[in-house]
Amino acid sequence: MAQPQATDTAHHDPSHDHHDQPATGIKRWLFATNHKDIGTMYLVFSLIMFFIGGAMAMVIRAELFQPGLQLVQPEFFNQMTTNHALIMIFGAVMPAFVGLANWMIPMQIGAPDMALPRMNNFSFWILPFAFTLLLSTFFVPGGMAAGGWTLYPPLSLQTGDAFPMLIFAIHMMGASSIMGAINVIVTIMNMRAPGMNLLKMPLFCWSWLITAYLLIAVMPVLAGAVTMLLTDHFFKTSFFNAAGGGDPVMFEHIFWFFGHPEVYIMILPAFGIISEILPTFSRKPLFGATSMIYAIASIAFLSFIVWGHHMFADGMPVAAQMFYMMSTMLIAVPTGVKVFNWTATMWRGSLSFEPPMLFAIAFLFLFSIGGFSGLMLAIVPADFQYNQTYFVVAHFHYVLVPGAIFGIMAGVYYWLPKWTGHMYNMGLAKAHFWLSAIFVNVLFFPQHFLGLAGMPRRIPDYAVQFTDWNMVSSIGGFVFGLSQILFAIVIVQCARGGKKATAEVWEGTHPTGLEWTLPSPAPYHSFSTAPDVT
Amino acid sequence: MSVTRGDDESTFPRFGYGARALCLAALGFGPYAQANTSNGYNLPLGVTSLSRDIYALHMEVFWICVGIAVVVFGVMIYALVKFRHSRGAIPDTTLLHSTTVEVIWTVIPVVILVVMAIPAAKVILMMEDTRNSEFSIRVTAYQWKWQYQYMDAAEGIDFFSTLARDSNFARQLHSGIDPTTVSNYLLEVDKPMVIPSGTKVRLLLTSQDVIHAWWVPDFGAKRSAIPGFVNELWFRVDPGKEGIYRGQCAALCGRDHGFMPIVVDVRTPDDFKKWVGEQKAALKQATARDGQMPGAAPLASLPRDNAARSAQVLSNFP
Repeated sequence: MAQPQATDTAHHDPSHDHHDQPATGIKRWLFATNHKDIGTMYLVFSLIMFFIGGAMAMVIRAELFQPGLQLVQPEFFNQMTTNHALIMIFGAVMPAFVGLANWMIPMQIGAPDMALPRMNNFSFWILPFAFTLLLSTFFVPGGMAAGGWTLYPPLSLQTGDAFPMLIFAIHMMGASSIMGAINVIVTIMNMRAPGMNLLKMPLFCWSWLITAYLLIAVMPVLAGAVTMLLTDHFFKTSFFNAAGGGDPVMFEHIFWFFGHPEVYIMILPAFGIISEILPTFSRKPLFGATSMIYAIASIAFLSFIVWGHHMFADGMPVAAQMFYMMSTMLIAVPTGVKVFNWTATMWRGSLSFEPPMLFAIAFLFLFSIGGFSGLMLAIVPADFQYNQTYFVVAHFHYVLVPGAIFGIMAGVYYWLPKWTGHMYNMGLAKAHFWLSAIFVNVLFFPQHFLGLAGMPRRIPDYAVQFTDWNMVSSIGGFVFGLSQILFAIVIVQCARGGKKATAEVWEGTHPTGLEWTLPSPAPYHSFSTAPDVT
Repeated sequence: MSVTRGDDESTFPRFGYGARALCLAALGFGPYAQANTSNGYNLPLGVTSLSRDIYALHMEVFWICVGIAVVVFGVMIYALVKFRHSRGAIPDTTLLHSTTVEVIWTVIPVVILVVMAIPAAKVILMMEDTRNSEFSIRVTAYQWKWQYQYMDAAEGIDFFSTLARDSNFARQLHSGIDPTTVSNYLLEVDKPMVIPSGTKVRLLLTSQDVIHAWWVPDFGAKRSAIPGFVNELWFRVDPGKEGIYRGQCAALCGRDHGFMPIVVDVRTPDDFKKWVGEQKAALKQATARDGQMPGAAPLASLPRDNAARSAQVLSNFP
């Protein structure tokens, strides 16, 4: 680790030779090899997808505002739920984290750029094509895929012309994710500043390192699963066709072997971000940093052996039910360690409440609620009642919206001045926070009640006794959705100008991390000389 | 309360949606008939030992979670109030880690989890024990209806159960029919499944097309109906709890997933016997009239055990 590899890489990588300043015009973006440009593109792309997926959620909540069908046909409703999930998962949350990784990993480990800049370019530019393909299914005969994002056969095989387009789009997204993950691993393994051993590395990098391994492990599994769907559909294979000797439940096993690690892919980097922000605004180092790393690693390991808990109601031997119940419950232990360590980080600190801290605190409370309902869902007999109801919808939205997405927003509000060189409008950002934090609960908390009272998920219309909570939830949804426009306004304003940010950005908090040693905005090639952190 | 025949929500006052949206907080829970014994925001206690066990587990885990939340959130809130920069709090930068504390908050959750897992494991063993069932019904799911084929003493009874016509009219886009005026909107069928109370009933679930799931919350019974598989499910409705119980398909199964309800009419064993007699008499009459009851022949010729049935299904494929 004593070798100043970072400096060598900067000088020897031909992609940097003539690029001390950004190229101008469209070329800067099309041929981007700079980690910041690519990070920006990822984040902007993710924000656009967040609004497209959000618009679909608005259609869902509008239709569910009252019983009876008022706005859309059931088939269209199913298209909305399916594509809302696909777009939010693959288009909004995952690219946002890759964007943050692109921006922050080189700056946090003292490197000039990502290790593989051209692959970085490629992994980003696949995405607009993948999502254009996915969104264009809106216009093909049969409409968008409507069989749920889980793509369970035989239902998903009933998709119209959208089917091969969807599969190809998923293949592209998977390729993009794998390339992004390889880049993260290679960068972290090879380009750390001298003296930065792995245990000294910031928690955000750690969480991403582990996430990257998860991605490489499971994205090919998804690719395999959807390829089998494709051949079942077009080449008369019978992987999942019972009449041909296949097994539809096998798809569920393969899918969730991907799907469960996938949910940790969407939350681990948020853990990393929260572990950066809480110490800064508590003016106190992270409590138990090493145990935080072990906790992330344990969660990642456990994520591979719990997939069966998505399928209890599909019929499973008793021993398997016991195993999946207990392995799932075990995840509560490292997750608990993380929550306790974060709490201990705030303990006897000196807390101030800037927008990133507000989002981090909301994350702490609301992600924990999602964790509690997750624990309840692990209890197999009770899961038979919860499974496939709005209780599950409430659970995973609690971990994904005030979990993953609040994590992303906290990260953006934390590092935005470092990226743009300007402070943003704190008042507007706080308004965004309060509206989001209040209405995300109005939106999702009643869904626990709906599920327990017996409302199945993925239905466009419901029995009248579910009306009240659906109305509350829809109102919450509309306000939450609209208040996200503030987020976009804050970002655009900050990119255009504002009060000059200092290198430290958060004056008086003395944030740790190499990114704060760089001026704001950070230079185009973050560290052209590796900092010495020995 | 269980919803018995004759319950009619249209006798309840109704409110305009706008007005209801405005005074939701005041209204609390809707003035509607319930489809199950749920109070509108919690699991139903239900009418089987299984549903009660599940309810008990659910409440146990819920209260444990509430307890943990009170402690953890309490500490967080205390920290948020007490250690504020604006109050001049001085950070204690020596508080970096403590092996003792970390061991404690790893071990305590493990103990809590074991406490949760033991009763849950007992219930799993009970719910998977389908032995000694007193009679069985073969349930086949279709897009978008259920077929109930009675076995054992009620052999020969075989019918489809689909969404009731008035619900089906009202649920069309722009139907102009207020769902609150429809009796048991979306939870009514043309012909319910009839079962005796106090009897261990076993369902054999399969599907003819995509994956569906049979779910009646009051029975604590949910299981997927999967093409090519037969899943088992059992329940025994408490004597004295006769009545109508409602549920819905619980697995996304395409366009009309939201419109394939399940209605179970639980009768006393005597009434059930009477019903079986009536059904069989009707069947005989129909057979005498038409030579053959539609649907009866394929059922009779279908082999009972699933492997043989699958083989037969497979032989139909080129």
